[in-house]
Amino acid sequence: MEVKENSNGILKRISGPVVTAVGLNAHMYDVVQVGDEQLMGEVIRIEGDKTIIQVYENTSGIRPGEPVANTGLSLSVELGPGLLTSIYDGIQRPLEVLVEKMGNFIERGVTAPGLSHEKLWEFVPVVKKGDAVVPGAVIGEVQETNILTKIMVPPRSKGGVVTDIKSGEFTIDDVVCTLDNGEEITMMQVWPVRVPRPVTEKKNPDIPLITGQRILDGLFPIAKGGTAAIPGPFGSGKTVTQQALAKWSDAQIVVYIGCGERGNEMTEVLTEFPELEDPKSGKPLMERTVLIANTSNMPVAAREASVYTGITIAEYFRDMGFDVSLMADSTSRWAEAMREISSRLEEMPGEEGYPAYLAARLSEFYERAGCVETLNHDSGSVTVIGAVSPPGGDFSEPVTQNTLRIVKCFWALDAKLSQRRHFPAINWLNSYSLYLDTLSKWYDENVSPEWNSLRVWAMEVLQKEAELQEIVQLVGSDALPDEEQITIEVARMLREIFLQQNAFDPVDTYCSMEKQFDIMKSIKTYAELAYGAQKLGVPPAKIITIAAKNDLPQVKFMKDYKEEITRINSAMGAEVGTLKEAYQR
Amino acid sequence: MKEYRTINKIAGPLVFVEKTEPVGYEELVNIVQADGTVKRGQVLDTSDDFVVVQVFESTAGIGRDSGVRFTGETIKMPVSRDMLGRILSGAGKPKDGGPEIIPEKRLDIGGAAINPYARESPADFIQTGISTIDATNTLVRGQKLPIFSGSGLPHNEIALQIARQARVPGSTEEFAVVFAAMGITKEEENQFMADFERTGALEHAVVFLNLADDPAVERIITPRLALTTAEYLAFELGYHVLVILTDMTNYCEALRQIGAAREEVPGRRGYPGYMYTDLASLYERAGLIKGLKGSVTQLSILTMPGDDITHPIPDLSGYITEGQIVVNRDLHRKGIYPPINVLPSLSRLMNNGIGEGKTRDDHKKVTDQMYAGYAEGNDLRGLVAIVGKDALSERDQRLLEFADHFENRFVRQGHDENRTIEDSLDLAWELLATLPEELLVRIDRGLIQKYHPKYRNKEA
Repeated sequence: MEVKENSNGILKRISGPVVTAVGLNAHMYDVVQVGDEQLMGEVIRIEGDKTIIQVYENTSGIRPGEPVANTGLSLSVELGPGLLTSIYDGIQRPLEVLVEKMGNFIERGVTAPGLSHEKLWEFVPVVKKGDAVVPGAVIGEVQETNILTKIMVPPRSKGGVVTDIKSGEFTIDDVVCTLDNGEEITMMQVWPVRVPRPVTEKKNPDIPLITGQRILDGLFPIAKGGTAAIPGPFGSGKTVTQQALAKWSDAQIVVYIGCGERGNEMTEVLTEFPELEDPKSGKPLMERTVLIANTSNMPVAAREASVYTGITIAEYFRDMGFDVSLMADSTSRWAEAMREISSRLEEMPGEEGYPAYLAARLSEFYERAGCVETLNHDSGSVTVIGAVSPPGGDFSEPVTQNTLRIVKCFWALDAKLSQRRHFPAINWLNSYSLYLDTLSKWYDENVSPEWNSLRVWAMEVLQKEAELQEIVQLVGSDALPDEEQITIEVARMLREIFLQQNAFDPVDTYCSMEKQFDIMKSIKTYAELAYGAQKLGVPPAKIITIAAKNDLPQVKFMKDYKEEITRINSAMGAEVGTLKEAYQR
Repeated sequence: MKEYRTINKIAGPLVFVEKTEPVGYEELVNIVQADGTVKRGQVLDTSDDFVVVQVFESTAGIGRDSGVRFTGETIKMPVSRDMLGRILSGAGKPKDGGPEIIPEKRLDIGGAAINPYARESPADFIQTGISTIDATNTLVRGQKLPIFSGSGLPHNEIALQIARQARVPGSTEEFAVVFAAMGITKEEENQFMADFERTGALEHAVVFLNLADDPAVERIITPRLALTTAEYLAFELGYHVLVILTDMTNYCEALRQIGAAREEVPGRRGYPGYMYTDLASLYERAGLIKGLKGSVTQLSILTMPGDDITHPIPDLSGYITEGQIVVNRDLHRKGIYPPINVLPSLSRLMNNGIGEGKTRDDHKKVTDQMYAGYAEGNDLRGLVAIVGKDALSERDQRLLEFADHFENRFVRQGHDENRTIEDSLDLAWELLATLPEELLVRIDRGLIQKYHPKYRNKEA
């Protein structure tokens, strides 16, 4: 980055990742270069002549008196061809390039641009000389991976009439289009991460993001452009759930932010994604993915920046008209980074030491999600799924509470469930989705007109079971009336067959809407048969132990399940029929 | 080297020095007392006006007349191959009467973060010979798996048994143990050292000892010295290193002590707000690197104050480490060793290290089934207390018995009993065979046919 003239300061104080400089003529959130090694930092407070800077790298050995230079720019990311398949740290330094530059460990003072400035991309124009273009308009396309990405007029451009447009191979710095006002457009845009990219209009989301996870699609769906929180104590399967979403959700682009998480887990993502196949295109999943990995031992200030870097990249793809899903794992680590920096600044703390602006920052972030009409009048969406790690599993802590006030979907992970190996360990009683009404039309039209009533039925059974369980805890299940013994059994089937899903089984890891419907329908078929038989006086113990239904769990692991499930349905019918006959006589 | 006599304030482990030349952040500092004793410290805060030094030893004897020398470099650890077999103090000085270490290299103890892109995914199964770890919470090479325990529980015995028995089946590669004690008692130290000597493990070990009566602040650097040594042995010399850190609770207490002395805004229960980041800078120093031979596996022990797993120390640790082994007081009271409660225990990297070609094809599903059965059986115990055993259904009675068998036969084993993974899984099948077959919904038919004793014995 260029250094502005007359903007040099001197370091005065160093205390961890927060340093103080004097004589620096800076603005808030300007990016500065700190010390002889030119470590990257950002201005976070100005007091008279003093400038307080958070540094994105380790500050060991830095001394007062070393120079500080201002770049005059805000923390920005480079947006353009080359983003897909990239793996970045919190400030968009490509980790692969860093390994080449400085070896296996992340040393400091090394910078690398977010995008390759040498690589040539085949630019195919879609406008011609004389066309009028507005900001956000698509002027050309680049086949980046198996995904065709768009080149757009930058949002801050004035727009105008195309006077020259090129075609062929270019780097991201080459001018590919010139407008009548003299403006030159390249394939790369630079955008400050803390500023949301503009859109024409925000719309109400009414299409579900299909995830292939039965409990989510079936009971607690999220809309494309919606927001969800997954809070869970450690060990409740939060990361596995998020990774399953990243793998299987039907968004075209996935941005995955590992914010303050484990190195080995990030590596797992890094090694697994390139090998996994996108269920739709058959190409490696990585081709539609951008990963941001800022592990827990990487500098705390870069962790704070990582979620902004991620969402800015997501918005850029949204502007092209894609459906983007963004996973942030975990927003608690991000909040803790804010707390840590705030406490170094000796700010007056709010609840539990978090800064008073925690709620504002969280809502600003989630508000960048949405289903939008882009500047180019296309539609695109960013779905944000944030993991929250409440300390001690206590949902009343500030990060969880402030998140719940904003998000529309809540998938409550439950340590109790994961202890009994019920995965995904999402508690069906505590979770909710506020998108049910807006999405019901889609389910009617695309799955089955029966779907919505089936869902309500399943929720009722599960709710009823919870009430009955309280009684069972006291008196044992044999003391329940016959009808309710069947309800307990049906609920058990819903839990074990429908809700439980094995993320590590090659077939069960993704369940199509059709299969979800068939499984749920089959359970309901059994329920109807069972209640019918019970009314005729068949003892519940007989109905519960029919052999045919024992095959149902295996259906989950079958690729071609249709025949089997039809067979089971009729076998259940036949077996219950025999029972009924026996008792009618 | 310039010596300053401008100490202005001393508070607990912190010394404030005025009017210095520019001093680097985290620089190593020597403080010379009037009687000539030299104490070491580190710069915590530096500015034109004053420098805050955190002293690693007791500040007793330091006064305004003491001299302060800034060394101009951050703390470095001298490392060499000859460290194997040595016993060092918590500050890295020889404690076994042997000579000073002649360094092959001097490494920064802060340790840079491994680039996630350069990491190799851990996938080698480590057999510890303990069923509740191997079968249900598998440890893999390069993992960081802490033992969450409580005071008075046999966590040391478990750690020692793991250190004794751990091996990668079929591998003969060089291994080493790095042992760092923080604030443990002399007796505990004796227990560890006697075992290391008895088994000959000391030859392959580097031991760092900061005992209960050693300065608390020294505990801040002890694990960093140990991990720097471990990384050197692993990534430069190609050893597979098992690092045992005990007791992390004492480390966190030291961290809190310094935070309080600096008058920082405290976080939960008075621990500093940056404790997560600080702990991460230790725990994350485990793993494997692409193209390099060695590995660092971390087994840290922490005692949960009041057996409370939601206390900030186990809580924050659990968010960084790849699972946890939870030692349980009720099991201990029942006389079961090792009293590992598998329900809250977890190994996050387990799925990478098990299955066909690594352990056995039935491993994952058998484990899931055992967990489900034990969890349900365990819940039923509460019910039995109210309604009595006879009120339970046949199914529930079987599950209840299964939970008892699980504890008495699967969890319980001898201090020197080294079970192979096949032993552990076969034992699991034996227990599962006591349940009606239709309860085994988590295992597919093929595996039941293959391993269930009922069908196996038929074959035989």
